Amino acid sequence: MTWVFDHLGLLGDLTVTHVYLSVLPVVIGLIIAIPLGWAASRWRPARAILLTVSGLLYTIPSLALIVILPALISTKTLDPVNVIITLTVYTIALLVRSIADALSSVPPTIVAAATAIGYRPLKRFVGVEFPLAIPVVVAGLRVAMVSNISLVSVGALIGIAGYGQLFTNGFQLQFVTEIVTGIVATLVLALIADLVLQLIGRLVTPWTRVGR
Amino acid sequence: MNLLTSWLFDPANWSGSTGVPARLVEHLWYTALALVIAVVIGFPLGAMVGHTKRGGFVLVGAANVLRALPTVGVLTLVVLLAGIGLIPPIAALTLLAIPPIMAGAYAGIGAVEPVVVDAARGVGMTEREILFQVEIPNAMPLIFGGVRSAALQVVATATIAAYVGLGGFGRYVFDGLALHDYPQMAGGAILVAVLAVLVELVLTGVQRLVVSPGLRPVRTSGGIQR
Amino acid sequence: MIEFQAVTKRFDDGTVAVDELNLTVDPGRITVFVGPSGCGKTTSLRMINRMIDATSGAILVDGKDVRQSDPPLLRRGIGYVIQQAGLFPHRTVLDNVATVPVLAGWSRAKARKRAAELLETVGLPATMAGRYPAQLSGGQQQRVGVARALAVDPPVLLMDEPFSAVDPVVREDLQNELLRLQGELDKTIVFVTHDIDEAIKLGDKVAVFRTGGILAQYDKPSELLARPADDFVSNFVGRDRGYRALGFLTASGLTVGEIASVQLGDTAGDARRKLSDGWIVVVDERRHPCGWLSADRLSGVDENATVDADLVMSGGSLYDTEHGSLRSALDSALSSPSAHGVAVNGGGELVGSITADEVLRALAAARTSGEVPQ
Repeated sequence: MTWVFDHLGLLGDLTVTHVYLSVLPVVIGLIIAIPLGWAASRWRPARAILLTVSGLLYTIPSLALIVILPALISTKTLDPVNVIITLTVYTIALLVRSIADALSSVPPTIVAAATAIGYRPLKRFVGVEFPLAIPVVVAGLRVAMVSNISLVSVGALIGIAGYGQLFTNGFQLQFVTEIVTGIVATLVLALIADLVLQLIGRLVTPWTRVGR
Repeated sequence: MNLLTSWLFDPANWSGSTGVPARLVEHLWYTALALVIAVVIGFPLGAMVGHTKRGGFVLVGAANVLRALPTVGVLTLVVLLAGIGLIPPIAALTLLAIPPIMAGAYAGIGAVEPVVVDAARGVGMTEREILFQVEIPNAMPLIFGGVRSAALQVVATATIAAYVGLGGFGRYVFDGLALHDYPQMAGGAILVAVLAVLVELVLTGVQRLVVSPGLRPVRTSGGIQR
Repeated sequence: MIEFQAVTKRFDDGTVAVDELNLTVDPGRITVFVGPSGCGKTTSLRMINRMIDATSGAILVDGKDVRQSDPPLLRRGIGYVIQQAGLFPHRTVLDNVATVPVLAGWSRAKARKRAAELLETVGLPATMAGRYPAQLSGGQQQRVGVARALAVDPPVLLMDEPFSAVDPVVREDLQNELLRLQGELDKTIVFVTHDIDEAIKLGDKVAVFRTGGILAQYDKPSELLARPADDFVSNFVGRDRGYRALGFLTASGLTVGEIASVQLGDTAGDARRKLSDGWIVVVDERRHPCGWLSADRLSGVDENATVDADLVMSGGSLYDTEHGSLRSALDSALSSPSAHGVAVNGGGELVGSITADEVLRALAAARTSGEVPQ
């Protein structure tokens, strides 16, 4: 424990980096995935293409993509941008399917009712279809968030900052406390992120919690 | 593109004990071992909770904690506690594989229609017969989905075994990193990516074989309201 | 007014849903489209607000071809009620009803005020306003659906099998409610159903469609029952059409007979002395009938025992002499345990008895006078 208190500054820095590297991709990914998921739910050919491509992207291991990216987009090998792009790609791959499925599962009678009372397509999406898809989208975001938090640690193996550094450093110094601290910190961060997402999800969907 | 392919297409890297075929065998060996252990541990737990409908809350909670567990942290910790060898990466990969397998079995069996189970009980099946002849076959899509997702994660993550001195495709990534040999790093990464895609394709094929045709999603034609 | 002019709808797969439909919907009336599934009734309805576009022909609403209107604007001016209400699960009851006014550019406060008024109009308590649709029963949801459709007071209301997903008792309530509302609002209503009884009950005019989207007959319900255009219509209208047609004949010529009665609280002795053909009607203090007593029922009962609810046998349906039809008169006679139907006045007070023979006599009179076709 003394080690932890002696290194609060370091832990703070690593926390900031870890949060930044795992949260930013979720935000960017969500923004990109919404229109893609919408397109996939609307047109059958778009659905086939988008879901195949995202399935494939999701299959590619993150560590591999972080390593390959510099050759593809001419970034430096250890640039954090590689991590952000990789995790954004994962987030999109995951969310496009959830959003498409969630939008497709909005009952057709409700969409028909919205059309029949005079909604135009864009307003209908914003006012009716997307709000009803939120619970599924939030479930997708939670999976993406937790997996991003653990993937950032993997990046430490090839020199990316974050809690992963506690593992590589502890390993080299044969120092158990540092590794355990890293594991606990990762778990706590994942837990907090998950709770925050759940809370946001509940706040924006009050209608899902009413009993009869 | 030369950066990505120069090492990969060099015939010198495709033979011997450090060549691609040898590393492939090592990579698949770690993957298979961790998966088998994870199935042996995770499947009965998930199936039991799914069948009895008791302890679902605890199981889901445990699966979520395991999911959030950083694999690299577990790996390095076990090395410090148990020493270098096969145990640390297999332990880390097994912990990675258990949550999806367990959750798949639990969700799959828990989601079998109560009327189906009721009917099975009604025709006089024992609890064991209900589980093996009705629930597991009906839950196969989700059970197999869990195994498939576990297999993909393990194949991808088996790369880290090389970080603690073992083989597998990860060897090229970490050797390349240490030697500032980017083409070797990239070659290793591409091999892992290709392997993951192949595993996914093979498992998709296997899923067709193990899931009853009666459970495949039905595409209703012309069912869309006009 | 809504006018279909040679309207045909052919879907991409070649099926003809509606075939050369010519039909004029009377303003301020309820017009019901009825027919088996696949007869094009729903397609015809949905072409009015351009949820579906016709392949050829024209549909005029108030003399204007609907194809000249922007679909969303057209739809905001036409109320629409669908099966299971189609309420937005993420909005409260009040905001569901306020949806169209807000779309039309009203301020939220004004839209909500209007919505609150409408909830009252359709018979929902104000306490429901803050609830979500999932917290309502099927019948309540459907009332909200009607309120939502009425929100900007559109002259035309389209109703697509609105009551088919609720149980029979609630359905009857909703049907009566719709007739009551229509009595106040005088909307032009087009109502789709596959239930011929619902069509006959609600429709001022009924359009019977046959498979393939062909209009088989378009007439008043009484005409449909009395003079079906062909075998399809007569089959669709059903085996009991002769009996149901009685529902459209007023019972004004019917002679109401004497009836013996005793009040709750009188003694069994009184009842026994007044029996007529072995039967007597029991009424409450307001003279509303509450059932029958028979000689059998009274045998062995002490002379001084009071006639109470436990002793009374339940009776059949009542025949209202001021509003009832021949059908309700006949039904009261057939459903009564004594073979005498119980006739009441508009206020529900006992006025006399009616027999099946008397109903048939009145029917014969109506036939000779030409009110009923031979």
